[in-house]
Amino acid sequence: MWLRLEARAAPSRAMRYLPPLVAAALTIVAGFAVSLALGRDPLAAFYAFFVQPVSSLNGVAELLLKASPLMLIATGLAIGYRANVWNIGAEGQLILGAIFGGGLALHLPGVDSRWLLAAMVLAGALGGMLWAAIPALLRSRFNTNEILVSLMLVYVASLLLSYLVQEPWRDPQGFNFPQSKMFADAALYPILLDSTRLNAGFLVALAVVACGWLFVAKSFLGYQMRVAGLAGAAARYAGFSARRSVWIGMLAGGAAAGIAGVGEVAGPIGQLTPSISPGYGFAAIIVAFVGRLNPVGIFFASLLMSLLYLGGEAAQMELRLPSAITGLFQGMLLFFLLGSDVLIHYRVRLLRRAAA
Amino acid sequence: MHVAADPAPPRLALSGIRKIYPAVVANDGIDLAVRPGEIHAVLGENGAGKSTLMKIIYGVVKPDAGEIRWDGRQIEIAHPRAARSLGIGMVFQHFSLFETLTVVENVALALDRERDLAALSRRIEEVSARYGLPLDPRRLVHSLSVGERQRVEILRCLLQQPRLLIMDEPTSVLTPQAVQKLFDTLRQIAAEGCSILYISHKLDEIQALCHAATVLRAGKVTGNCDPRQESASSLARMMIGKDLPVCEHPQAKQGGEARLVLAGLSQRSEDPFGTDLRDIHLSVHAGEIVGIAGVSGNGQQELLGALSGEVPLANAAPVQLLGVEAGRLDAGLRRSLGLGFVPEERLGRGAVPEMTLAENALLTAHRSMGLVRGGLVRPERLRAFARDAIEKFTVKSSGTEAEAKSLSGGNLQKFIVGRELLQSPRVLVVSQPTWGVDVGAAAFIRQALVELRNAGAAILVISEELDELFEICDRIAVLAKGRLSPAVRARNTSVAEIGMWMSGLWPGAGNGAPEGTSHVA
Amino acid sequence: MTELLVPIVVATLAAGTPLVFAALGELVTEKSGVLNLGVEGMMLVGAIAAFAATVASGNTWVGVIAGMLAGAAMSLVFAALALTLQANQVAAGLALSLFGLGLSAFAGKPLESIALQAPLVFRIPLLSDVPLLGPMLFSHQPLVYLSWLLVALVSWFLYRSRAGLVLRAVGESPVSANAIGYPVIAIRYLATLFGGAMAGIGGAFLSIVYTPMWVEGMTAGRGWIALALVVFATWRPGRVLAGAYLFGGVTIAQFFAQGAGVAVASQLLSSLPYLATIVVLVLISRHPNIIRLNAPVSLGKPYHPDA
Repeated sequence: MWLRLEARAAPSRAMRYLPPLVAAALTIVAGFAVSLALGRDPLAAFYAFFVQPVSSLNGVAELLLKASPLMLIATGLAIGYRANVWNIGAEGQLILGAIFGGGLALHLPGVDSRWLLAAMVLAGALGGMLWAAIPALLRSRFNTNEILVSLMLVYVASLLLSYLVQEPWRDPQGFNFPQSKMFADAALYPILLDSTRLNAGFLVALAVVACGWLFVAKSFLGYQMRVAGLAGAAARYAGFSARRSVWIGMLAGGAAAGIAGVGEVAGPIGQLTPSISPGYGFAAIIVAFVGRLNPVGIFFASLLMSLLYLGGEAAQMELRLPSAITGLFQGMLLFFLLGSDVLIHYRVRLLRRAAA
Repeated sequence: MHVAADPAPPRLALSGIRKIYPAVVANDGIDLAVRPGEIHAVLGENGAGKSTLMKIIYGVVKPDAGEIRWDGRQIEIAHPRAARSLGIGMVFQHFSLFETLTVVENVALALDRERDLAALSRRIEEVSARYGLPLDPRRLVHSLSVGERQRVEILRCLLQQPRLLIMDEPTSVLTPQAVQKLFDTLRQIAAEGCSILYISHKLDEIQALCHAATVLRAGKVTGNCDPRQESASSLARMMIGKDLPVCEHPQAKQGGEARLVLAGLSQRSEDPFGTDLRDIHLSVHAGEIVGIAGVSGNGQQELLGALSGEVPLANAAPVQLLGVEAGRLDAGLRRSLGLGFVPEERLGRGAVPEMTLAENALLTAHRSMGLVRGGLVRPERLRAFARDAIEKFTVKSSGTEAEAKSLSGGNLQKFIVGRELLQSPRVLVVSQPTWGVDVGAAAFIRQALVELRNAGAAILVISEELDELFEICDRIAVLAKGRLSPAVRARNTSVAEIGMWMSGLWPGAGNGAPEGTSHVA
Repeated sequence: MTELLVPIVVATLAAGTPLVFAALGELVTEKSGVLNLGVEGMMLVGAIAAFAATVASGNTWVGVIAGMLAGAAMSLVFAALALTLQANQVAAGLALSLFGLGLSAFAGKPLESIALQAPLVFRIPLLSDVPLLGPMLFSHQPLVYLSWLLVALVSWFLYRSRAGLVLRAVGESPVSANAIGYPVIAIRYLATLFGGAMAGIGGAFLSIVYTPMWVEGMTAGRGWIALALVVFATWRPGRVLAGAYLFGGVTIAQFFAQGAGVAVASQLLSSLPYLATIVVLVLISRHPNIIRLNAPVSLGKPYHPDA
């Protein structure tokens, strides 16, 4: 092998923050390559994908709207990931949050108080935590792999929602569509910017990100969970409870995802439908990594990821490319990030063949 | 056997071997020659570059510069397979065995052509009988004792009819009696014409076994000699540049209260390949150091887990800490009673490798030093405490923000010991206090333990190094097969007696050997 | 009774076959100490590659080979990240699954409305004429027989061949294996590629034999179930086969239940495979020693020869 990795004596601090930028740049380069391969003008594609979506106030509002669930969920997940608690079922926890919050809205149609929305957010957090508690319980009691359990529960949650909107909660006046009634105004987030869809859910997301930052950067509990993630034996040696790490890590992700679920149904959607998320729960995993598991980084990463969603929609309209291209770029972004992470701990050296 | 003036070229001759790692020059112009049939010592303290040199000879590591000659012919050893085909065998310090495989499978993996396991089993039995290394080829390696595992490693080499055998710190896992048996085997192998490179930092062993010695210090050769002609202190001066430091160890004050009491501690191992603890009795008093000797794998891990609270017990009574029945408390709660603990693994247990020294100070000192308030960490106090530990224990580092893994073994160990000692523990449990630590740091740590004892703390030291235990302990007990011998006063026993006990043979050993008060005297 | 038994068994085996391939491949990968969580992504990409190749060539076997190669190519990306560049294996595996989902959805858009003809079953001469057993066991798609052959081959490889011994050794202690001179990274690359190729065939079976058409995300979690199966089977090939058919049975239970007019919400029946996965995972991991004694010791732990 001529390309050789050489361990750095001390990991490079500057390099720690470089990989997300390198990854974003490489993703754009890959985007050029893909557009060329598909016979599109790469500059036009770049414009359609990254510039046009945010060239209007409405576009910026959409950017923040879509970034909200991403930053919310990623902040919650990052707390767990730092402790090596791999909750990858946020998509399911989001659905449960929507079911709990939306169910409340559907069952209290007459209530016209702002407290209804607060109660829905709380119920959503509870629903997400409930769903996340299953893998947490099984991991801490039976040592069951939380990755697989939380992922399986995504499918179950999705089927549960599908059942609810097809049977008990279906809108009788909905022309047999599998969807609930529209929520009353009191059950919807107020709009922040007139004539856009950006709503107060964005503020909730910002608040959660701020709390997340306080937790991971300043709190002793956050420190304990990082120790648990970096060196389990050291956490045990220090007397930090491993079970508590699992529970907190799981529930943080579940609560955040649940709140994000309420944000969707009490925001742009306004009712329960069989599909309430274009994969935010999975995209947030990428956001968490690209943001270096740090809420500040996650904020910026969520904007980038949101742009990929908008870009995908624009690409469909402007370039007649399937909007599934978003998923392709999301995956690539994470690949490039993981690949360039190597720069933190290793120096890449080109080796000339040493003369013997 | 050994011929002083051999006309034949050396079996192995190294000249100008150099190997640089990003942080350190591991080997700097090493010259070394080993004659056929010679037992040649490579002497040096931890970090002197011995292991790197051996890995170069075995083809695991490539040198950056230098020349290797084999029987006078210049060669390049690109790969362990190439080394083996020359006839070089290596017995690793940290064994390169596979626990879930059988003995014969392990041996087959190191033989490049072996396919027929049944035939190989028969050969293993033959050769093991010839060299006095009894071994059942069908057994799984995880069921073997440490000494038996070493036999697997040695047999694996012998089956290849080696012409040079490298032994890397082979005696650290053996009882003194087993060391004598190993030496007999090695002398037999050498008498048959095989050269042996014997890596060690134990001066008495090298004097007893080896015909020649090359001494390394900080990656350079600092001496070539016949160790039989040298004194321990002249060897030590070559090895560390000065005399071996001796620990000041005044006699313990007696009559302190019992602070750590083990009253019939029995515990199943969490590890399916571990050793269960059986009915352990011991008390450690204020103002004394009690040592626990024994070959690792005899229950040390389990005992430490039960003492530290990392593995809480089902019952409270068997572990009593300062009068409190503490068996069910976790490590944090025991620490707040006044327990300090230094584990043997520095990286990953005693410290988090990727965290800074300040963050690592928080690991155990958060409660006793008031480093957390209202759930939030107090960064100023934390840095002040870490700085204190760094200064008082002369930890060489770039400061409180240095990552733990950037420190040398000795400096990190001093930091961890400092972190525990600065919290003024009333009971301290230390495992392998000076494992892989340079001589200067080792002496510093031992002295710090003695001073803590003089200040009135009760200290329990678990170590494989008998010399170390005899240097600092007031009483010594032996852990063998999960049972603990009575603790005897260090000055009333001998290395030979403790060595015999290490194979489980102490008076009354058959029935659990509870500690009588008469031993405390 | 028997007229129901035959179709149930046939459908169970067909539903279990993609899992047999994917889980068996992952088993070999994990035996080398590498945890590749990207099975779902590799299956999806295998499925779309196989489907596209079959549509283009009209030949099922061309499709199977395309699926296999596509799965292997995906695993190569994982190997480059996790083995050469030392990325966290969990993160790299997740990335592979997410990327596979995106790539297959993107590539599959133009093919969504095409339906293929399922290839003919292959009746093994003589054996398929045995009453009851013949139609149950010896009248299947060729890939079903191939999966059986594969189980036998992998068993033999792991426990009877020298190469298998080396693979297990690498999975237990890469440090020791390196010390006695085995090329740990190269061996792990091969094991990972095998896992990818098998996942690709599993995906191909879904899209060109089982369904046979392309639907976005059509694996519906089978890649993850395959991962669970490896644990459930405690890393033994024979048990993978049994486990896969157990899941095959659960998967088809809903069709037969609905056919029999059982009055349960279809969603509940559809969620049975996922719930069953959770249940078996709990049952097997309840005893920590079962996992500890069977799991490859170095599974998922990063290894770099210079570190």
